[in-house]
Amino acid sequence: MSRYIDEYRDTDLCLKISEEIKKISHKPFNIMEVCGGHTMSIRKNGIQKLVGDNIKLISGPGCPVCVASIGDIDKIIALSELNNCIICTFGDMMRVPGTNSSLIKAKASGSDVRIVYSAQDAVKLAKEEPAKKVVFIGIGFETTAPTIAAAIRQATEERINNFSVLSLARTMPQALKAVTDAKDSRIDALLCPGHVTAITGTGMYDPVVKKSGVSCCVSGFEPADLLRAIYLLTEKHEMDQPALINAYERVVNEEGNVKAKDVMDDVFRAADAEWRGLGIIPDSGLKIKEKYAEYDADKVFDITVPPAESFSGCICGDILRGAKDPADCGLFGRECTPEAPKGACMVSSEGTCAAWYQYGE
Amino acid sequence: MSIITLEHGSGGKISHKLVQDIFFKHFKNDILDRADDSAVLDISSEKIAFTTDTFVVKPIFFPGGDIGKIAVCGTVNDLAVAGARPKYMSCGFILEEGFPEKDLEKIVISMSEWAKKAGVSIVTGDTKVVARGEADKIFINTSGVGVFGSGDRIGIDQIEPGDKIIITGTVGDHGVAVLGERKGLEFESEIYSDCAPLNDMLDQVMCGANGVKFMRDPTRGGLATTLNEITDSSNLGIIIEEKNVPIKEAVKGACELLGLDPLYIANEGKAVLITAPECADKVIDILKKNEYGKDACIIGEVTEENPRKVCLKTRYGVTRIVGMLTGEQLPRIC
Repeated sequence: MSRYIDEYRDTDLCLKISEEIKKISHKPFNIMEVCGGHTMSIRKNGIQKLVGDNIKLISGPGCPVCVASIGDIDKIIALSELNNCIICTFGDMMRVPGTNSSLIKAKASGSDVRIVYSAQDAVKLAKEEPAKKVVFIGIGFETTAPTIAAAIRQATEERINNFSVLSLARTMPQALKAVTDAKDSRIDALLCPGHVTAITGTGMYDPVVKKSGVSCCVSGFEPADLLRAIYLLTEKHEMDQPALINAYERVVNEEGNVKAKDVMDDVFRAADAEWRGLGIIPDSGLKIKEKYAEYDADKVFDITVPPAESFSGCICGDILRGAKDPADCGLFGRECTPEAPKGACMVSSEGTCAAWYQYGE
Repeated sequence: MSIITLEHGSGGKISHKLVQDIFFKHFKNDILDRADDSAVLDISSEKIAFTTDTFVVKPIFFPGGDIGKIAVCGTVNDLAVAGARPKYMSCGFILEEGFPEKDLEKIVISMSEWAKKAGVSIVTGDTKVVARGEADKIFINTSGVGVFGSGDRIGIDQIEPGDKIIITGTVGDHGVAVLGERKGLEFESEIYSDCAPLNDMLDQVMCGANGVKFMRDPTRGGLATTLNEITDSSNLGIIIEEKNVPIKEAVKGACELLGLDPLYIANEGKAVLITAPECADKVIDILKKNEYGKDACIIGEVTEENPRKVCLKTRYGVTRIVGMLTGEQLPRIC
């Protein structure tokens, strides 16, 4: 596998693009990388230091785990406390805090919580444990949603009746609009998520570019991918020409993955969703359609949890929009640390606040 | 199939038979054979190294090793990186009711083989059996005693700016092998745990090269955590070069897929050595002649700048900080 990756990590190539960026960059330029995977690669490879002082890279709301709302987590924990229930989740959900607890604490208190790598793993577990109710925590963006939809269809076909999904899946376009259209937004351009766009196609960024005047560039995840995307965005920024650019041509096209979109459309409908730090964004969530109701954990279990209050003083929303820095937050480093995170930006180790805390930026 | 029952922990005849048929049979040595309440040890060294560790690895058998091999190698390595020569070990077993006797024997044989290879004697032990569900198959606790030769004493207080940091081989093998087995994942090519006793090799280094100042085995938390422990205790900084840290291609590929960072993944057969700059090459020479050190290399150095921080120079020449993990490394969704 590595040989497919190594060419996009080539040192000479990356340094060359880095030099070119510095050469053409003259104006201050705030670029938000939307995707957690991009943030991860940027930190790991030190990309910020390769793009010169004019360009500031800001981490956006693109980690589905970090933006799970406090109420979502409360609901998962309530589910985990039911008799005979197995909760299946992606690993990085374990530490995300709800009002009083997290999955890691629920597990320690006796709940059966298993880390899985896909929704299909959870279906398999349901088959192995017919006496238990297996609930998959369906979190993710357009990249993951089709696999969750496929698992629900598989369960339907195989008539598995002890499997359900708590759908917390979200979609990107409305969230991007919420971020770029905010009055105090300092975002000049977006580095758009490669994997999500592979499913959706590049068309979904049209409104952001045309209506909000913010450039969008779809990028891969390797250093050379990211640097090239930043170069292309900088070029447009210097000319004051907002543009939609696909810099991940080997994976992404305009129309996206039609088959995956069909599966998603079959299983999910758009619904309002609450994002940690950003509040409720209309039509930004995916709920399970009525025809698959028997696989919808919301319907199967009828769990209601008291409305969760956001942690007072948390300014993650402003940080996610690039309007404020972690240093402006009263909770930062005191009530909110990587060991006991409150807000979305501290929850993930790649969140803006976690990075500031760890690297003393 | 014979299985362990609560009666095996009763202290009666059935217990004695288990101890005789499995433990005494395979661990056989003069001190153990006396079967006294305490092992009595003849030790000529003025100073000894003494360590304890507990092993709960899951699954208990994995590519490249088993819980018994880890118990011996882990204990031996903890003594060896202190600069001591491992001599004696104890082992206590907590067995879950229903555990197959043949698996216990397989583990005990493995311990006996590796103890022999490492030159340590298992001289005292204990067995308890708990009811089903009160333990997970088998837990092993060990302690180990090592003696010092006349060579250099090593310690974290000897580390100085400019010292070189050496790793004895590729990182991440053990953690990925165990995780792959646990999750039933199949990799491009099989990944084996690096679990191995390092005492002989490290002894050769201590005897053959002057200027080794500190050693530690980067087990849980991996290389990154060990280096952070060193900077924390020494009040110095460390810089390592990303391109010099040896990682097997298969491990790299598996980590890409699983969203894990090999720098934080456990090793069971590696050591980090900090040496004076002038003797680093000599240390590498000795390590490379050994089967467990053939991929040894210098990965970085100790700095006065950035005290208490571990920095990594990426292959693009920029540096970033390599921090401590908050808890366990969790696979990322994105």
